[in-house]
Amino acid sequence: MSKKFLFGVAVFLLIMLVLVPQILLATDRKDLMSVATSIALNSIIAAGVWLTFYIGRINIGQGAFALLGGYVSAILIVHYDVSFWLSLPLAGLACAVASVLIGLPILRLRGVYFAMVTLTLTEVGRLLAQALSLTGGPKGITNIPPPGALEFFGLTIIPDFAELENLRLGYYYLAVVLMIICFAGMWRLVNSRLGFLCRSLQQNEELASSIGVNVTHLRVLAYAISSFCGGIGGAVFASIVQSIYPNTFPIQESVNYMLYCFLGGLNYVFGPMLGTGVLYLGWDFLFILGQYQLLVYSTILIILILFLPNGLLSVRLPGMKRV
Amino acid sequence: MEQIIFNGLFLGAQYALIALGLTLIFALMNVLNFAHGQMYVLGGYMTYLVYGHLGLPFYLGLLASAVTLLIVGALIEKFLFRPVIRKSVREESTMLLAAGLAFFFDAVLLLLFGQKQHGVPKIMDGIFKIKTETIRLIVPNDRIAIIVLAVVLIVAFILFMQYSKPGRAMRALAQDRMAAQLMGVSVERYGMLGFALGAMLAGVVGGLLVAITGVSSGIGGPISIKAFLMVMIGGAGVVPGAIAGGFILGMLESVGLTTLRDYGDITYLVIFAALMIFLSIRPNGLMGKPWG
Repeated sequence: MSKKFLFGVAVFLLIMLVLVPQILLATDRKDLMSVATSIALNSIIAAGVWLTFYIGRINIGQGAFALLGGYVSAILIVHYDVSFWLSLPLAGLACAVASVLIGLPILRLRGVYFAMVTLTLTEVGRLLAQALSLTGGPKGITNIPPPGALEFFGLTIIPDFAELENLRLGYYYLAVVLMIICFAGMWRLVNSRLGFLCRSLQQNEELASSIGVNVTHLRVLAYAISSFCGGIGGAVFASIVQSIYPNTFPIQESVNYMLYCFLGGLNYVFGPMLGTGVLYLGWDFLFILGQYQLLVYSTILIILILFLPNGLLSVRLPGMKRV
Repeated sequence: MEQIIFNGLFLGAQYALIALGLTLIFALMNVLNFAHGQMYVLGGYMTYLVYGHLGLPFYLGLLASAVTLLIVGALIEKFLFRPVIRKSVREESTMLLAAGLAFFFDAVLLLLFGQKQHGVPKIMDGIFKIKTETIRLIVPNDRIAIIVLAVVLIVAFILFMQYSKPGRAMRALAQDRMAAQLMGVSVERYGMLGFALGAMLAGVVGGLLVAITGVSSGIGGPISIKAFLMVMIGGAGVVPGAIAGGFILGMLESVGLTTLRDYGDITYLVIFAALMIFLSIRPNGLMGKPWG
């Protein structure tokens, strides 16, 4: 790790953990705090999608796993009185297990087929949540209590969210810390042996398999990690809005996660974070245009892809080294 | 029972045309056209404008839909998809463009026509009855007219692809891009033609269905998803597959809506689940090329 990289990380942490909350608190715009939280959460979910792109699959099914994660966490908290902090990893694990079961058959598909199957997966998730009684049908689960205190041998690590002075700030820190952990993990993964193997899958699966890479194992593993991210994001999201419905993560959202990854750049670990930030903020900012919001947003999207088809991070300022 | 089968055929004929357009675009350009449903809605509105609003004959409305979408499709291919395909490192980038286009069409249609459902006068009055000992069928004449038109279009499309020069060129491109190029087939020209034709098919179906169900601006997305389903059932990039997929989905929907009525709104859940199992056994659909 070069000094420059460490410096960049330090600056980023400083901005996310100190500067942004301070500025947002100073401006007293409560809605902006929620926007920042949503961006952090969405980039966690998008990071999962990005990992499936990294093994050469187009994943438009992340909404299903976010929904599953949200429901698992909500059901555990509401029906079984489990602590939020325990339900969070359980939601992620449930998604990982589900994705292994689903992934084993469907990861044999490639290209457009995989994209279309995952797209229908999102719809299956929605319809399933609507049809089951455990999930509360179309009415969903409401009144999810905020996360309680996390204590470790009597030592309070995280205070009870219900007693927090500023609930939004608490959620902001929760989302941002999770996002930082997620991207740190992602960065580590991509720069490890596993990352190299994933790149080999992206380039040529047959070749990779012929030189002894366990392709099936690897792609299921990547898909499970991807879904884990989706589940975590979905669970936190459900806790923040204190409710979850079958329509919380519609197809539109699944497509959005894919767009975030594309826009940030598929070859860059931090692409999804940047893409989510730009698109989400852009969409929110364009709200002032009223009924023309979607029109202007989609026009900008089309222009962006027309001139930067390889993502925002592919832009190189003069003098910068090409990666 | 006869009624269910008739409904299945009716839906299937429409669906097959939609799937044909999508599969054509996919086969030629390797683009998953997210905006296909929106193109269908645009076609519906053109027919609505010409036939319902201006009061001109129905066939002129269909013609207007076809011509508009032909032009729109050609322009989109030339000025949007072609540059992006040329510049991007990974071919999936076109999906972002297609999704952006879908949003764009949605926005434009919503602004121009609002959220209201628009209907048109019936194209034909009267009902058609068969009543014998075994068969009992009552259907409106206009539905029969739409089926006939749809089937005629499907047959015309197949004949065009099979026997005309551009059709042969497009089939060659779909089969082996490199070889076709070496034989002197212009990728640019026929790519554009294929995209335009695919868009046109979507537009024509939109126009046809306006006469029965009307048109509203929000139905583009769900139609796209149905089109993806049909293409997956039949296999991406193959003409007979698209037709088979369309009729199968139409029939499943018609049968499912009737037989599963007692269990609530689960027809599509069952169809999706069945599709997943089917695809894990046959990843390329019924007739798809390996790894389309």
